[in-house]
Amino acid sequence: MKHQPKIIIVGGGLAGLMATIRVAESGVPVELFSIVPVKRSHSVCAQGGINAAKNLKGEGDSTWKHFDDTIYGGDFLANQSLVKAMCEAAPAIIDLLDRMGVMFNRTPEGLLDFRRFGGTLFHRTAFAGATTGQQLLYALDEQVRRFESEDKVKKFEGWTFLSAVLDDEGICRGICAMNLKTMEIRTFPCDAAIFCTGGVGAIFGRSTNSVVCTGSAQSALFQQGAYYANGEFIQVHPTAIPGEDKCRLMSESARGEGGRVWVPKAPQDPRRGKDIPENERFYFLEEWYPKYGNLVPRDVATRAIHKVVYEMKMGLVGEPAVYLDVSHIPREVLERKLEGILEIYEKFVGVDPHVEPMKVFPAMHYTMGGLWVDNENQATNIPGVYAAGECEYQYHGANRLGANSLVSCIFGGGIAGPAAVRYARSLARGCEATSPAVYERERVRQQDISDALLNQHTGTENPLTIWRQLGDVMTENVTVIRYNAKLQATLVKIDELADRFTRINLQDRTQWANQTLNFVRELGNMIVLAKVITMGALARNETRGAHYKPEFPNRDDANFLKTTIARYNGGDIQLAYEPVDTSLLPLRERKYTASA
Amino acid sequence: MPEKTFIVRIKRQQRPDESVHWEEYELRYRPYMNVIICLRDIAEHPFTRDGKESSPVTYDANCLEEICGACAMLVNGQPRQACTALVDELEKPIRLEPLTKFPLVRDLQVDRSSMFENLKRTKCWIPIDGTYDIGPGPRMSPETQEVGYTLSQCISCGNCLEICPKVNENSHFVGAAIVSQVRLFNMHPTGKMHAGPRLDALMGPGGIEDCDNAQNCVKVCPKGIPLTESLAAVNGQVLRHAVKSFVFGK
Repeated sequence: MKHQPKIIIVGGGLAGLMATIRVAESGVPVELFSIVPVKRSHSVCAQGGINAAKNLKGEGDSTWKHFDDTIYGGDFLANQSLVKAMCEAAPAIIDLLDRMGVMFNRTPEGLLDFRRFGGTLFHRTAFAGATTGQQLLYALDEQVRRFESEDKVKKFEGWTFLSAVLDDEGICRGICAMNLKTMEIRTFPCDAAIFCTGGVGAIFGRSTNSVVCTGSAQSALFQQGAYYANGEFIQVHPTAIPGEDKCRLMSESARGEGGRVWVPKAPQDPRRGKDIPENERFYFLEEWYPKYGNLVPRDVATRAIHKVVYEMKMGLVGEPAVYLDVSHIPREVLERKLEGILEIYEKFVGVDPHVEPMKVFPAMHYTMGGLWVDNENQATNIPGVYAAGECEYQYHGANRLGANSLVSCIFGGGIAGPAAVRYARSLARGCEATSPAVYERERVRQQDISDALLNQHTGTENPLTIWRQLGDVMTENVTVIRYNAKLQATLVKIDELADRFTRINLQDRTQWANQTLNFVRELGNMIVLAKVITMGALARNETRGAHYKPEFPNRDDANFLKTTIARYNGGDIQLAYEPVDTSLLPLRERKYTASA
Repeated sequence: MPEKTFIVRIKRQQRPDESVHWEEYELRYRPYMNVIICLRDIAEHPFTRDGKESSPVTYDANCLEEICGACAMLVNGQPRQACTALVDELEKPIRLEPLTKFPLVRDLQVDRSSMFENLKRTKCWIPIDGTYDIGPGPRMSPETQEVGYTLSQCISCGNCLEICPKVNENSHFVGAAIVSQVRLFNMHPTGKMHAGPRLDALMGPGGIEDCDNAQNCVKVCPKGIPLTESLAAVNGQVLRHAVKSFVFGK
């Protein structure tokens, strides 16, 4: 009898839950690991919506146009075949979510409503108020809970992934994880593991990401031999509320519903925004990009805001910020479609955005790069290791369009699940045939790392201080504008932080709910991934999508129409390149001005 | 000018079986500070006000924008999310304690897994036939969607259980959050076809009858969910369901 395959999924956001559902549905048991209860995953922070060319507004939209917008928006760096498949699958994904009970906004006829988003001229974005990610995550969470009640899914919430268990042939035979309450380190056998571990915001200190978005799992896999692709492509969202603990996103849907970005025409105008008359406002996005206006892609809007604030010195009085204004939109529209984000603004800033323009500034938001996966199965280069969602690089090229991330999570998770099952079933020998010594070797290796940290009593470096300094240097030099000299200086700084990391003082040496131990282990992995991101940026001497180098202001297809692939080789990080699949859409210049 | 500072008092407990003590920290004031920033300041400089070496405080937090539900705790005695608890708006010294109606893990961290278990027990999901492409979902009026959307914003923070007098050692009321979720799934066009088992789960001990109508829950819900309306609505459903079950049998 053939053995029953066993699948482990790490990460319970949208991608992880979708993968879980697809695996459980096929009758194969799943063990689902998550740092937080899956209902608290970062997907809840997605606000604006999910794209699908359903063409319900009589605009002549099509999945091909969605595909074209996505490739063009990503500046032709994405491999095209899976992106096309994703756009073709999107309408059915919306139907599925609708059947799962997602409370999407409706038209008077009771059909799904769609709004506009950045980088397209069509109403293509289905939405549930301004908390679409939350609503989607909950729908999938509920389906997984149903499978859990049928014993098809076993959850391990409050566990963090430390490493893959690789046998002597380099095949993944399980994972090693740490219980965040007991601090126990244990291995779990499986035939295939799917990683859906999200973004890397914490590497930049303050971002729009949640606390758990450290990229630690991706980095750990990278250090075990997984390739990391296009790490240098980091999306900086144009509109967020700056904060000391995090930058809180003000969704692109604010502009999709008619919100306008502006600054006073008179620099340092001391009046309150709402008191500045219409003809004294500079709507710079509308003026510079008349065709797309406020709905240019994020990289374009972000650079425009930077230019207005830093080059033209026209930012708001006293702070680097511009206005995002929805106060002209009727209150009942705001309440029905945007209330979730307007509440966030009011709670954290104490100003009512229904009547006053909001003060916003760009913030690190998303990584287009991630674990390298193949063009078919979401498979990484390590046999038995799959990846889906933000932690992999496949769908967004050099810049992600708004409302495409949710669809890529669900699509990617939906592919990874069945692909992992097929792989597991094809194995001649499953994990039950793997020697216990293979598991014990990995467990001991990981236990030794924790023990070394806990037993180091002479350390002087504070983990949060190192983290803050890493975030500061990454945000300053490796986000919106990149200069090679500053990228080199960043690499020097990262090496300095890596060195200081060896002298870290844990300040908590207990073996119970020791969050510092977990954070320090994540921090070590963040430092490695920071280096991958910076090295990729340094080597790419061109401007493409979110990667902007004033010294190399144009896209350079002759030299850089290629995927960056970082490999880890005994402590050394090496970059290589791989061609991009451009078989479906011919290259064209990317510009969002009137003539495009 | 001397630096402006303020005091935070935190209830510390290293393990569930260890003793409780309070620690006091003096923190440097900055505008727009919230309780999360206070806890991070302490982690970066873990010394109490009188200079004694302490340790970083254990607490749950994730999204920091009041949508993940993780960082609920007692702030000056009130159950609320730490991320939206702004220092400017809080009486000083600021008092931080863990929620009391859930098993303590450490410091400000508690184990709220019982809420997810109860969502399982009450079958809070839409039983779909499968993930295959079998067409769109049911039509829904914008009015129904609006009510449903309001209910489906529950972040499982546990504040409504914390404040409820009927959640205590002697009574295990599932709490308003769960009841409100049952209302959500029982109003969905597909979900309502399977309302019976959800109502069954709310009958008997810990069920809807345990609600004392204290109406505290609705006041501490960070999402403004009309929990008392949900309690009344589901109470009506359970009564009708009980009568039907009695008359017609199960």
